[in-house]
Amino acid sequence: MPLIEVEQLSKRFGQHTVLDGISLSIERGESVVIIGQSGTGKSVVLKHLIRLLEPDDGRVIFDGCDLAEIGHAELTDVRRRIAMVFQSAALLDSLTVGENVGLGLKETRRMSSSEIAPIVEECLELVGLADAADKMPSELSGGMRKRVGLARAIANRPEVVLYDEPTTGLDPVTAETINELIVSLNERVNATSVAVTHDMHSAFMIAHRIIMLHRGMIVFDGTPQEIQASGDPIVRQFIEGKAVGPLTTQV
Amino acid sequence: MEPMDFHVEAVGRRGINMVTRSGGMALLAGRFVATLKDIPRSMHLIVGQFYSIGVRSLPLIIVISVFVGAVSAWQAAYQFKFIGAPLRLLGSAVGKAVVIELAPVLSALVFAGRVGAGIAAELGTMRVTEQIDALESLGIDPVRYLVLPRMLACTVMVPMLVVFANFIAVIGALAVSIFGVDISSETFLNGYRMSFQLSDFLNGMIKAGVFGFLIGLVGCYEGMTTIGGAEGVGRSTTIAVVISSVLILIFNFFFAVLLFRI
Repeated sequence: MPLIEVEQLSKRFGQHTVLDGISLSIERGESVVIIGQSGTGKSVVLKHLIRLLEPDDGRVIFDGCDLAEIGHAELTDVRRRIAMVFQSAALLDSLTVGENVGLGLKETRRMSSSEIAPIVEECLELVGLADAADKMPSELSGGMRKRVGLARAIANRPEVVLYDEPTTGLDPVTAETINELIVSLNERVNATSVAVTHDMHSAFMIAHRIIMLHRGMIVFDGTPQEIQASGDPIVRQFIEGKAVGPLTTQV
Repeated sequence: MEPMDFHVEAVGRRGINMVTRSGGMALLAGRFVATLKDIPRSMHLIVGQFYSIGVRSLPLIIVISVFVGAVSAWQAAYQFKFIGAPLRLLGSAVGKAVVIELAPVLSALVFAGRVGAGIAAELGTMRVTEQIDALESLGIDPVRYLVLPRMLACTVMVPMLVVFANFIAVIGALAVSIFGVDISSETFLNGYRMSFQLSDFLNGMIKAGVFGFLIGLVGCYEGMTTIGGAEGVGRSTTIAVVISSVLILIFNFFFAVLLFRI
């Protein structure tokens, strides 16, 4: 049984249909990357997987349970198993970096400060920010905030990590570190990962499977090797990053 | 579209918005009550809000209360002179007005401007920068983590502030009576004691508690439902102050009818 199943998911914002009946399934331990132009609903898919958004039509099933049908307590349990790294990092600006990383451990697992401290230290060390625990998020650069967001997500030891544009806005060296971190998390603890990105280098590095969205529908679902061999003009234009082609003429 | 249709549609849209907002606030109030059981584990958050919402409002409440007391003594003396009433009753009139109406209502209106706006702006910013989504993604209930401490602090701290406001306003009134109206402090305080009733004071506290609850509820609801960046945060903040101020004055009328029977 797949760990995550999305069945005929549709979502509209006002008159605008963002997702138009997409279906996909993700196996335990798999690393899936969702690509597509801006505004095609990639982040919207991600937010449905953790019920930050609710579908207009269709279902999202996590480990056999329909997210729309579970109560508050069960949803909290599901969210403890899934972590999300936000595009903007979404750090709580009233807390220090260390408090942000340990927030889930303190508030949901009710661990003591002495139990939380070594985990926070380990997670910050993993993202190369061991000295930043006492800083406020406003003192950090965009890239550093993103790495703290990643540290916060992995502190809860999640089974699934959702990454929203994990390398966007980072310098190439830091971006590569994040890519390696995602791969190592996936391999080391068999964490399932679902990433949304525009960065094709990152996609090829971390993906077992790539899904491309276009106009709210899936236009490609296959391995990195298969997408590189694809003859579909929409897919080709996107992965080659060409200004002229069906993606730009259809707008 | 015909102009008439346009007006009908606009009225309809406003009506739907009002019903949606009322329903949303009722649901949030229900969820606040449901999270009261989590007070012990949220104590660290609640104490922080009691300080930032309550204690830090005290200087402002002191300043407005001095002048509220002072102006009510001055205006009462002016009216007394006009109708020829004896000035020894000044303390009675001012004391009654302060305890029943001026301290609870004016403190609540100022509190709505300072704290209601602050809550809406803070939670609104957290909403549009995905900080509330981040809390939910960590399995943390934003109602317990953000709404419970703020609504509780408003509900408890407004009555506490009104106790100070009552006391400080009487001092302001006393100062004006002595230095401006030229009556002795004994005369003023005798008049005040003569009219003071514990039930008036307690009814003022009940009103203040309800006003505090409304300020917290409206601020939290508007903040939590903010959409659309900096402009949305500004809109939520304004709406929070407007709605809570109007609700304070409407509820105040019904309290007058219910609690202070003619």
